[in-house]
Amino acid sequence: MKRWTSWLRISAAVIALVSVSVPTQAAENSINLQDPGNDIHDKASLRNGAKLYMNHCASCHAGKYMRFERVARDLEFSEQEINSLMRYGVTKVTESIKSAMTQEAGEMAFGVAPPDLSLEANYRGKKWLYTYLMTFTRDKSSTTGYNNGVMPNVAMPWVLAGYQASLEGQTNSWNQKKMLATKAGTLDSLEPEPQSFAMEMRDLTNFMVYMAEPIRPFRERFGKYVLFFLLVLLLPVWMLKKEYWKDIH
Amino acid sequence: MNIRKKASDLMAWIDYRLPVTKAYKTHMSEYYAPKNLNAWYFFGVLAMLVFANQLLSGIWLTMFYTPTVEEAFDSIEYIMRDVESGWIIRYMHEVGASFFFIVVYLHIYRGFLYGSYKKPRELVWVIGMFIYFLMMAEGFFGYVLPFGNMSYWGAKVILSLIGAIPVFGPDLQIWVQGDFMISGVTLSRFFAFHVALVPLIIILGVYLHLIALHQVGSNNPDGIDIKAVKDEQGIPKDGIPFHPYYTVHDLIPVVIFLMLFFAAVFFFPGGGGFFIEAPNYVPANNLSTPDHIAPVWYYTPFYAMLRAVTVDFLYLDAKFWGLIVMGGAILIVFFLPWLDRSPVNSMRYKGRISKAFLMIWTISFLCLGVLGVKPADWAPSWVSPVLTIIYFSYFFLMPFYTRWESCKTVPERIGADR
Repeated sequence: MKRWTSWLRISAAVIALVSVSVPTQAAENSINLQDPGNDIHDKASLRNGAKLYMNHCASCHAGKYMRFERVARDLEFSEQEINSLMRYGVTKVTESIKSAMTQEAGEMAFGVAPPDLSLEANYRGKKWLYTYLMTFTRDKSSTTGYNNGVMPNVAMPWVLAGYQASLEGQTNSWNQKKMLATKAGTLDSLEPEPQSFAMEMRDLTNFMVYMAEPIRPFRERFGKYVLFFLLVLLLPVWMLKKEYWKDIH
Repeated sequence: MNIRKKASDLMAWIDYRLPVTKAYKTHMSEYYAPKNLNAWYFFGVLAMLVFANQLLSGIWLTMFYTPTVEEAFDSIEYIMRDVESGWIIRYMHEVGASFFFIVVYLHIYRGFLYGSYKKPRELVWVIGMFIYFLMMAEGFFGYVLPFGNMSYWGAKVILSLIGAIPVFGPDLQIWVQGDFMISGVTLSRFFAFHVALVPLIIILGVYLHLIALHQVGSNNPDGIDIKAVKDEQGIPKDGIPFHPYYTVHDLIPVVIFLMLFFAAVFFFPGGGGFFIEAPNYVPANNLSTPDHIAPVWYYTPFYAMLRAVTVDFLYLDAKFWGLIVMGGAILIVFFLPWLDRSPVNSMRYKGRISKAFLMIWTISFLCLGVLGVKPADWAPSWVSPVLTIIYFSYFFLMPFYTRWESCKTVPERIGADR
């Protein structure tokens, strides 16, 4: 009995110490951050995210800690595929993601140089990133013509505006087709739903989470085995103690 | 048989020159520990385990880390991405730092509960507190090394405290920094302190802590002196040899601890923003202050006390008095053995006033910890001064309430009244 109460007391102390509060997040404004619902173990999503990053982000935002070789190995890109993703003066697969824009050019164009995004997902958090990508709206009063819900008056122009519009157009027309098909009872022959803009941004966020810590998918998989091993180890260790202590009263 | 004879001859040869067998007996097989040690007594051995982890993982990190302003941050990412298994070594070191403090806080708290600091264990306590103080310095130097933005600004806040000392403070700060601001000079000397100076003193401290403990023997949850009742061979009747009983026994908490530790290493290496703070994912930038500078969680109770002082006094800056209060809060714990005048050791036999004081003190310490994480204007401004006063009154009033209250009688033998 006594033993249990001491354990309870210890756990109470530990829980109190660790869980009393969550560190305050940088509250830039009061917008609710949305969870992207990404899965770091979903390779298809990560591969799509990598392509999106290279096609839409990398011209301005470098990822200086992310080597192409690593991306190819982790996300199973063939040599040809990874070569087609390498841009802006990158000639070797061992190099990392470079930006086409120099610091000075960035400062001249936007007032601030576009930051390196290698660790952005760890710095801002994935919810922040996803909500940032999802909340660009038309605002004629701003210099870029767009404004952002998470970071008001952000210097970045909304480079995905055209892409977003085209995807939203596809999604709308698919929804109409679905409505008609439902009425006609031909849902089975309907083409699969096109990737929505939200799903694309989920994949992009997913890739950035991966880029911030490429070992993460492995670490989470491997960790389960380690914990399982320790759990199994607990049994002989407990039996050993019981055996030694049986004559102590 | 022949091999056995040779082995014992060799042992005799060594023992004649180096007291290996004698040391083994004194500290392991013939060190008699009370048989009723409970879960609170796990944390000493766990602290040794984490310390070993810190030393080993630290040596490997030293092989790849570069202590220069230009390369420190990059070298951490190099360890995380390009060094084989570098990520797990770094996470074990970084998570280990926080777990070291968790374990040591519980280890110290055990002393509060069962009066482990009382005569004849005063030196065990003082040496232990000295180790704790060194750990705080070690943690601070280590936190600066990745040279992220929080490393930089955290160091700036802490070093500015030196500058708050009247008259010679500003010069002293420059002397410690080695420059007019935090620079490569500061970084490389902090590296030297972190990997050589402080760990060496901690190793010495741990050695002395153990020698002093084994000289007087372990306390126990009842606070009963087991050496008072011995059998014909002079062995305490309520004592059992440390080896094999406690070595085998401690394997259980070690495995449970490793499960918690590796759960953090593999699934929460950033500790939800408590072990690695978000601004530390951006390199140090002296032009961009993080929105909210908070020290790592293990310093926050003391940081809250530092901030609790907001008025200038006797022509001296409030910051200086905050430094005095913070230093005093740590220093006063060293004197616990002489503040406690109770005839009994353990909380189990102390009176209600002692129990109430300890409970209120514990709550105030935890609340101060929360306040230290939060921005200064998170709670009304009277809260942290009141908590600070509670913190100190526990110690300042201890000589009185421990003497006046009535205690239960301590039985002569362990388990006698149960």
